[in-house]
Amino acid sequence: MNSTGKFNYRLVIFLIAIIFGVVMSMPTFLQTQKGAKVSLGLDLQGGLHMVLGVKTEEAIKSKVKSIASSVKFFAQSNDVIIDDLRAIEETISFSLLDKDEEKKIDEMLKTISGLQVNKEALKYTLTLSDKEKDLIKEYALSQAVETIRNRLDQFGLSEPNVAKQGSDKILVELPGVKNAEDEQRARELIAKAAHLQLMAVDEKKQDRSATMSPTEAEQYGDVILSDAKSDHIRYILKEIPILDGSMLTDAKVGFDQMQQPVINFTLNSEGAKIFGDFTAGNVGNRLAIVLDNKVYSAPNIRERIGGGSGQISGGFSVKEAHDVAIALRSGALLAPVTMLEKRSIGPSLGADSIHASLMALVSGFVLVSAFMLFYYRMAGVVANIALIANLFLLIAIMALFGATLTLPGMAGIVLTIGMAVDANVIINERIRELLRQGMPITQAIEHGYENAMSAILDSNITSILTSVLLYVYGTGPIKGFAISTAIGISVSMLTAILGTHGIYDLLRSRIEKSNHNPIMWFGIKRSH
Amino acid sequence: MEFFPHHKVYDFMKVSRFFIVTTLSLAFVSIVLFFTHGLSYGIDFAGGTVVQLKYEQAAPMDKIREALAKDKLFSGAIVTEFGSPEEVQIRFASTTDGVTHDVGDIIRSTLKDSGTFDVRKVDIVGPKVGGELRQKGITAAVLSMLGIMIYVGFRFEWTFAVASIITLLHDVAITTGALILFKVEMSLDVLAAILTLIGYSINDTIIIYDRIREELKSTKDMDLMHVINTSVSKTLSRTILTVLTVFFVVFTLYVFGGEIIHGFSFTMLIGLIIGSYSSIFISAPFLKVLGFSVEGYKNKMALKEKNRLEKAKMRSQYEKGTV
Repeated sequence: MNSTGKFNYRLVIFLIAIIFGVVMSMPTFLQTQKGAKVSLGLDLQGGLHMVLGVKTEEAIKSKVKSIASSVKFFAQSNDVIIDDLRAIEETISFSLLDKDEEKKIDEMLKTISGLQVNKEALKYTLTLSDKEKDLIKEYALSQAVETIRNRLDQFGLSEPNVAKQGSDKILVELPGVKNAEDEQRARELIAKAAHLQLMAVDEKKQDRSATMSPTEAEQYGDVILSDAKSDHIRYILKEIPILDGSMLTDAKVGFDQMQQPVINFTLNSEGAKIFGDFTAGNVGNRLAIVLDNKVYSAPNIRERIGGGSGQISGGFSVKEAHDVAIALRSGALLAPVTMLEKRSIGPSLGADSIHASLMALVSGFVLVSAFMLFYYRMAGVVANIALIANLFLLIAIMALFGATLTLPGMAGIVLTIGMAVDANVIINERIRELLRQGMPITQAIEHGYENAMSAILDSNITSILTSVLLYVYGTGPIKGFAISTAIGISVSMLTAILGTHGIYDLLRSRIEKSNHNPIMWFGIKRSH
Repeated sequence: MEFFPHHKVYDFMKVSRFFIVTTLSLAFVSIVLFFTHGLSYGIDFAGGTVVQLKYEQAAPMDKIREALAKDKLFSGAIVTEFGSPEEVQIRFASTTDGVTHDVGDIIRSTLKDSGTFDVRKVDIVGPKVGGELRQKGITAAVLSMLGIMIYVGFRFEWTFAVASIITLLHDVAITTGALILFKVEMSLDVLAAILTLIGYSINDTIIIYDRIREELKSTKDMDLMHVINTSVSKTLSRTILTVLTVFFVVFTLYVFGGEIIHGFSFTMLIGLIIGSYSSIFISAPFLKVLGFSVEGYKNKMALKEKNRLEKAKMRSQYEKGTV
């Protein structure tokens, strides 16, 4: 018995690969708690995929407003008298009455970064530099990503994914969403601006609230907002707010005396000071609590309010109050978001897709392996062993990379079955050719592998090339297809070439014992 | 088991003129179709909305159409059965950009009187995203062809690279023609199928080219026709068998994979058939059309060999210190 190379390096590598593949793919097949698994894509388990656009230019406008607020606060607390303070679009303007105060206000304006000050006599025009605008836009995007992520984490959905996409887009993936109601609530939570403002009611003009036009209000430096419960009740408010939600430290759901849900909020020390000072100086006037440009309440100020806490009441349901509190806690969205793309898949459709693609996988495997078996006999068995190893390894590597399995990804795996055995077909056909020339099997095998190598490499490289391009330029589920075919084809070079070669080396003595029977090993009769 | 008698050399060149003329004109017709009729782009590329519903009973198509007609948001909506009588797919061009309230919600309330249904899928692709996806898709297709051309050009002669790209263009054109003819929507899946085909159908071509090169090295035969006939015949079973295994799995995907990936599997099926046909009947014979000459090739190889030997000689002389 000739036992040269019975146990060989090829076989050792192949066996290690099989063990690795089987062990590492187990968490996926058994869906264990521990271990790296291939998770199902949204199109297979159901869920919500959205690409949101961020209107970053709105962040600039609100930044301008908040600068105007600080100018106003500075002027009041330092007894600098300014007149006609306006914040229109991206420009702030005001006039200074006393020339002696010029230095004071200039010093203060210098402390605001990226501000361009234009002075004509004592009339000021403030704008932001382009660089500052870009910074604000960038910040608005990352802040929106952070805020939305925070909100969704607190909302209690499993594994939400929120990520920046390009310079002004956000990708949101929610696999946990199972029905229309959940989806609706999640979408409302994501899009809620949660912009809290405390604003002074313009008591001198409030009588005319029913008739005044927005443009007239603008002339007085006022803004008209309607009540949260009824559009008919309107308030005339000082355009520049006393303070906003950026000074908020906490928001919780509570209940008032009527057992109605309310939201109790707490301000930071700066906010508490501003709030205290304002209420002290405005006893008898009204203070409006404004959320997302709706007035929730406008109570009379009876005395100075210290401590920096307040309440939003106004007929919320418990669920709504809960969501509003989450939104307030995680902060306001500096810029509003719009929907650019949405793909929502119901869980029943996902289940159908899994079923259908599994059917295709199993029947594809049966067809291909049966064909290989009938056409090549033992060589077919060897190729099928490699094919099974290939599938395990494919799943194992996908799990290690944390790849998600999508429906096109499943199609990619099915396709891999057909393509992986191509290498064996090419090798076996070469071997058959050599056998027909009368070469003994063991020798034909060695030459066959050698000759077939370049053709297999060529063809796999072109296939991997297109997969990589598809990965780079494709989106969503299609990336899954690119991943599974690229890994599948790469792995096939290990299993279908090295692995099968190792098996033949192991079987060398048996081949010789069988008297180099070509019909048994490669399914052909020797012609000579 | 054997499908093809292994010693037989088929005369492919005799029929190749007919096939080249026929299918290149077919490819040309496809290109004309592309410009006159155009592909019907799915919402991935054109933007728009697709909603898929599953009713408890057979879907009341007329009721659905009637209800949708009342809102101009749904104008031009196409309502079709999707896989089974209970399921419908509604497609229209408009989209909404509100996050909290979108066109999916609107359609749910519009159709609430038409019966009990489950909303299985809502896809909304805004015009901006659609445009981006289209751009990326075209880039990917062009880059893969370029990549393959460079690769084949690097591995073989330029004539081979040009012939292989013409073969690929031929495959893509006819497959696209079939998509237009059978009214298959161009979607991301279909694009993935086309890219896969580009990467795959070159494989058989490479195997044949590889064999032609081998044949050129060993034979004294100066007749390109003979060389091609022998090479294609010798690789025939390989070409057919590799395609056959992939055909098996694509066929099962087509039959069992479900309605959602029909576009993908249909494109793959057509493309596979075209691709293997063209490898056999177009790619190799086209070398002759491009004026590839065995003599020229052999001279070039001989020159290369001579240069190599000369260099080796120079080097050995240099090493010995005689130069």
